[in-house]
Amino acid sequence: MNENETRTESTHDTPQAPDVDGARRGFIGTAAGLSAAALVAPGVFLHSVAAAPRTEPVTSDVRWGLLIDTAKCAEGCSACVEACDRENGLDLQEPQGSESKWEHQKAVWIRKVKLQDNQTGRITQLPLMCQHCEDPPCVDVCPTGASFKRADGIVMVDRHLCIGCRYCMMACPYKARSFVHQETHGQLTAVPRGKGCVESCNLCVHRRDYGEASTACVDACVQEGHEAIVFGDLKDPNSVISQRLRELPSRQIREDLVLNTGVRYAGV
Amino acid sequence: MAKAAVRIGLVVLGLVWGAFAAQTVLADEVKRYVVEGSPAAELDACVEPTDQMRRMHMEFIKHQRIETVHEGIRDTKYSLTGCVDCHISYDANQNPRPIDQPDQFCGACHNYAAVDLNCFDCHASVPNRPGADAETAHRAAGVLGQVASTPHKEASEQ
Amino acid sequence: MKRVVYREWRIPPERYWSLLGFLAALIGIAALSFGYMEHQGHWVSGMNNSVVWGMPHVFAVFLIIAASGALNIASIGTVFKKPIYKPLGRLSGLLAVAMLMGGLLVLVMDLGRPERLIVAMTNYNFSSIFAWNIFLYTGFMAIVIAYLWSMADRKGGPFNYPIGMLALVWRLALTTGTGSIFGFLVARQAYDAAILGPMFVALSFAYGLAVFMLVLIFGFEEEGRPIGPRMMRRLRNLLALFISVALYFILIYHLTNLYIAKNDSLEHWLLLSGGIYTALFWGGWILAGSLVPMWILYHPVLSQKRDWIVAACALVIVGGFAAMYVIIIGSQAFPMAMFPGYTILESGFTDGVNGAAAPYWPTIPEILLGLGGVAVALLITVVGVRVLQFLPESLADDVVALDEETLDAAPFAKPA
Repeated sequence: MNENETRTESTHDTPQAPDVDGARRGFIGTAAGLSAAALVAPGVFLHSVAAAPRTEPVTSDVRWGLLIDTAKCAEGCSACVEACDRENGLDLQEPQGSESKWEHQKAVWIRKVKLQDNQTGRITQLPLMCQHCEDPPCVDVCPTGASFKRADGIVMVDRHLCIGCRYCMMACPYKARSFVHQETHGQLTAVPRGKGCVESCNLCVHRRDYGEASTACVDACVQEGHEAIVFGDLKDPNSVISQRLRELPSRQIREDLVLNTGVRYAGV
Repeated sequence: MAKAAVRIGLVVLGLVWGAFAAQTVLADEVKRYVVEGSPAAELDACVEPTDQMRRMHMEFIKHQRIETVHEGIRDTKYSLTGCVDCHISYDANQNPRPIDQPDQFCGACHNYAAVDLNCFDCHASVPNRPGADAETAHRAAGVLGQVASTPHKEASEQ
Repeated sequence: MKRVVYREWRIPPERYWSLLGFLAALIGIAALSFGYMEHQGHWVSGMNNSVVWGMPHVFAVFLIIAASGALNIASIGTVFKKPIYKPLGRLSGLLAVAMLMGGLLVLVMDLGRPERLIVAMTNYNFSSIFAWNIFLYTGFMAIVIAYLWSMADRKGGPFNYPIGMLALVWRLALTTGTGSIFGFLVARQAYDAAILGPMFVALSFAYGLAVFMLVLIFGFEEEGRPIGPRMMRRLRNLLALFISVALYFILIYHLTNLYIAKNDSLEHWLLLSGGIYTALFWGGWILAGSLVPMWILYHPVLSQKRDWIVAACALVIVGGFAAMYVIIIGSQAFPMAMFPGYTILESGFTDGVNGAAAPYWPTIPEILLGLGGVAVALLITVVGVRVLQFLPESLADDVVALDEETLDAAPFAKPA
């Protein structure tokens, strides 16, 4: 009965959601699994077929990271954000309270930011997410150790230990973390998430553990033809990301804090 | 002295009988708690013998969760996803029923034992991976119209 | 000077029970608010992903630092050996424990998953000041209870000084630790300052004493126990001194920020254009919470009147809440400087678009939850003074000890 209420409520709220959402939902409602599969980039599909679950603990021989070439990040495109929402079940969030308040309370793992240089007026676009620092402030401050860095460099939250104190959100210089302000329904098996815990981008950790090649945002950016985000192993000198990092001038956001972020930006 | 021996004997007899009776009761309940029509109903035992599972399942998945979350190991013998997969039952329309509902496998027993079950505050209570139709799964979870999963995501969740 | 006699607080039962009932009702309402916030999730609060700590933390941090400040009176008596403060030691200890309990309860009730408190007790990350504070808070409670025993029990006498010393050191660590929760956050401009540790200590002196004085005066008036002018003069001078020490730290904090060019925008916002935060800073914290009470306390006529002293204490507390609001919420509302030299034109997560501050308006359940913490602190105090001998029978001039600094006493009347 309770669920029915939620259902009607959420249908009411659907018109507020961006058009893309509605269109996608409608599409998925009608399209069968097969035709949907055809939409996915072939490479991605092949990878997931070949994927096998990890049997050994992750090691520090790899360090996952992203390189974002802001020159290629297109204005008005939010494919990476939508892909992330789909991948992690964030599009299943049911808006609560007033719309303006919900904008600040909903969980966001990746967002688009548009910047203007105060001196030159130059405009820059970029996606911003957890920067996967080598020395993450969120891990330092977490009282229970729920906020932790995996051996392969992924900074994430162990929701079993998270008590929802939100100190990590106070400490993060990138505002990368979100608190789950409401009950969740219909979570995805691969991405458990629930009320009262903090969460953030985990570089699609379930994809990492099944040996897939990239993240949802990267795939979406490739599919849009922008290729603004590169994912890979920062410790492997032959990986695409390492090669691109050697070619392109890049920097970290808030370099002054010397956190050695795993996400690097070119052209900002 | 002899009286005492008889008394002790009676007590021991009673205890033994009681233990056997309890066993039979438990054996009866096995069938009741494994939901008819779930894949688990076809099997003799879970990943460990039934009596161990009954007492230790929380320990098993607790150790497993550390391996999975912190070390990325995903092929463990014990897994909450495995519980859901195998013990899920389907309604007349072939929609999976959330496993934490009071008449379902996890929900029923935890209800009976008055043990708070909060795994499914965060974890999916219906299979939601390749093989299972995500849309029906979501419908059963009470989020009709919220389904927006893509095929490659489903493929990635083994 | 006579022997100090302590006696239970014996106000008429109907008055006592109605006071208790009022506090219990406040606690009950707070419990309901807690249930509502936990059941619904935090979306019913005004807190969001930008301002992650809100009204409950304003109350909790105020109570916690006031708790450590309230213990000062006992420390002055025991460690600094000022006999005039000795009769106040027991109430000081009781208030410290009570306010800490109230503050911690609010803090815990605001957690996203309060039922996992056991996790916080069994998993520690010692690089976190929060984890250290768990020990500082529980340790404080234990030490102050031991301190109270050493004050009240004849056998405790020899331990009074060492325990008092430990309690003093511990309370300084506790308040520094509480300030450091904020002081070591490099992410936010307003927090990234080690001075917040000592500044919280200075603030705690003033708030703890103001609360202590209010409770003392109320308790004594209710039962008609006398407080002599000498004691009042002592306390009010001390309060004025503590307020000025706090002001000094606030001044240094802002001067430092003004000197550092990159923090200019923060200071400009907070001191001039920050809307509610600017108003609370100047109107609440500086004017109503510091300058006006100081003026009252040093005023030759007003400072002699009990009601004005009570008003000054109340103003210090009001200013304390304003200060906490500015420090905790204002500092989060100011956008983080992720891209110095750039203006954020658009953002999918409201990262201070065009320099806008993050929105936060407290909701009623949050405020009720916070008030519940205050009620818990007062309830513990009220029950404590009723059942145990916490309050001295009299603080009249002929009872309290003479002090070497007592100017208006006859120069050579000091007892041997």
